[in-house]
Amino acid sequence: MANAALTDMRAIEPKRGWYKRNEIAITPWLFLAPAILFFLFYVIIPIYQSFALSLYSWDGLGERTFVGMGNYTELLDDRAFEVSLWNNFKWLLLYLLAIPGGLFIALFLNQTVVGIRLYKSLFFFPFVISQVVVGLVFTWFYDPTFGLLNTMIGWVGLGPINVLGDPTMVTYGIIAAGLWPQTAYCMILYLTGLNAVDPEQVEAARLDGAKGWKMLWYVIIPQLKPATFIAFVVTIIGALRSFDLISIMTNGGPFGQSRVLSFYMFEKALSEYGFRMGYGAAIAVVLFLIMLCFIAYFLWSMWKEEKVR
Amino acid sequence: MISNLKAPIAALATTAVLAGSAAFADGHALSGDLKIFLDTSNPAPRATMEAMIARFGEANPGLNIETTVIDREAYKTQIRNFLTADAPDVATWYAANRMAPYVNAGLFEDVSDVWADPEIGEKLASTKGAMTIDGKQWGVPYTYYQWGVYYRKDIYEELGLAEPANFDEMKSNCQAILDSGRKCYTIGTKFLWTAGGWFDYLNMRTNGFDFHMQLANGEVKWTDDRVKATFANWRELLDMGAFIDNHQTYSWQESLPFIVNGEAAAILKGNFAVAPLREAGLDDSKLDFYQFPEITPGIALAEDAPTDTFHIPANASNKPAAKAFLKFMASESEQTVINNGENLGQLPVNASASIDDDKFLKEGFEMLSSNSPGGVAQFFDRDFPAEMAAEGMQGLQEFMVFPDNLDDILKRLDKVQERVYK
Repeated sequence: MANAALTDMRAIEPKRGWYKRNEIAITPWLFLAPAILFFLFYVIIPIYQSFALSLYSWDGLGERTFVGMGNYTELLDDRAFEVSLWNNFKWLLLYLLAIPGGLFIALFLNQTVVGIRLYKSLFFFPFVISQVVVGLVFTWFYDPTFGLLNTMIGWVGLGPINVLGDPTMVTYGIIAAGLWPQTAYCMILYLTGLNAVDPEQVEAARLDGAKGWKMLWYVIIPQLKPATFIAFVVTIIGALRSFDLISIMTNGGPFGQSRVLSFYMFEKALSEYGFRMGYGAAIAVVLFLIMLCFIAYFLWSMWKEEKVR
Repeated sequence: MISNLKAPIAALATTAVLAGSAAFADGHALSGDLKIFLDTSNPAPRATMEAMIARFGEANPGLNIETTVIDREAYKTQIRNFLTADAPDVATWYAANRMAPYVNAGLFEDVSDVWADPEIGEKLASTKGAMTIDGKQWGVPYTYYQWGVYYRKDIYEELGLAEPANFDEMKSNCQAILDSGRKCYTIGTKFLWTAGGWFDYLNMRTNGFDFHMQLANGEVKWTDDRVKATFANWRELLDMGAFIDNHQTYSWQESLPFIVNGEAAAILKGNFAVAPLREAGLDDSKLDFYQFPEITPGIALAEDAPTDTFHIPANASNKPAAKAFLKFMASESEQTVINNGENLGQLPVNASASIDDDKFLKEGFEMLSSNSPGGVAQFFDRDFPAEMAAEGMQGLQEFMVFPDNLDDILKRLDKVQERVYK
């Protein structure tokens, strides 16, 4: 019976092509296809290739030999790797200072006085110039013989210090340089966020007697949550790709004390003396796993956001 | 051998080109494309090479020559790609262990037949060893330059000092310089390799060339007492405060103002330092050169003289033309022209070529040809395998900043050595 009915139905419908019949199901995939293909070829497959490569010893030219977890066990007692890993954590933690810094500059600049646009663009300037220039400017600022920093601390009677030549200070010195443009970036995000703050809520809070810190903490900051989230994402990403500043300011030195994982991977696998593709891939895998924690967190919070709507 | 007549050289060069073109033309007409990759990206070397290639093109009108100049630093990483993927017919590179990875991977062509020609084999004999791996030659050099101590003559005269002949004199000179409120040596170790030059010389003077090469080949441990003796000598200089402060923050170019301003009296460097120092105002009355003095008496003096080379990739498509090019650029007349003061300003590898009339080139040539009985090394990062060199130079920099870490550094280097030379 049912079969008969079905055939009847088909007979009634006008003849349509396969695509026409499945249009609704297929069209989204067609539109997604270019993105999916690119993502597959440039992200997913390279990730698997890195994992695979990290199990080999290979100089990039000759035969590759399978060494299993050999590269990872070597990482365990590689002191340079340990230093790079710790530096990565320092970067991640201290770079977050850009968020409150950006917020306070944004609050300060969020007023209407003559020429405020000029002040805003001056504050935004470090983000516009290249990281290479930022690195060079700070290298001169820190210079032990003629740098401005030493002249300034000389005024209060403190001896000359060589920030970029001292293994204990060097990473903090580079992070400080990185914070300069990053704070400007967060500031711009918050300035746009502040435009969207509801004046009625501020008014209402003011009637209820809120001001100062309380106003900021309970009224303004909750409304800036989307801006804070984006600022957090870009700052974490910025901290993890802190390659150019290190390369310009210290080249990883003195004796490798300012390297981070991405720089160490580059040195081992791709630089002038780098001939260890497998080892570099193993470092990249570790870096990827660290990033994965953040990626998972970002995806999770975005998913949560979607669900609420 | 050293000619100080510039005009005759130019005349000689033109006639040689004419003679050369005749020889090439009637012998075997070369045809097809010739792709040449160069890393000589600095203005003067670039112009020199392009002019030389143009002369080769004139001599071989049937050839369609295509030259690509790549930034010198970028070249060091790009060579790995283009040798495997899209190989040129001729490419520049460096001698000794620096070419070993490509030789071992079968990416450089064996050019022993070019060396079999007495015109090359005999006249370039001094660099043959540096071009030989497994008994075969893998490239032809085009230039080399000496290393040594470039010092401020006027400061030495002011303090009544003479060029030191041994380590004690070197130290007593240094003490006098320090007492006058200056530093003895400027150095910038930000990019590490400059420290390799100091280690090369101290080790070759303390233990000799053969020992240095054994260390480079991984036959001696870094924790060996003889290596420690080298570091002990170095430490004497460090403890005196002989080197400028904060050298780890400077590149070698950034370390030059110290000698130009008279805050440091000398620099251990290759001949390439002369040009920027002269530009900065140190003329021949202020700048002079001496060979690194003897340390252990009786040990034959050996020198660093890095050699830059041309190679034929194994995947090259026009090998006959490439070999003709190698012979052409190694010839007496071309060697004379490209290495003169207006061009590279370095030493020709061809023994019959003439040296330009330049104080430093003459002194360097004399030193390498008659006062370097121990041998000629390439340089720390060319003699040692790449990975060992990278870790080694990092350790050397750490030693220069924290000499007390020496034992730890040497143990670490031993570990790297075990892995690199297996």
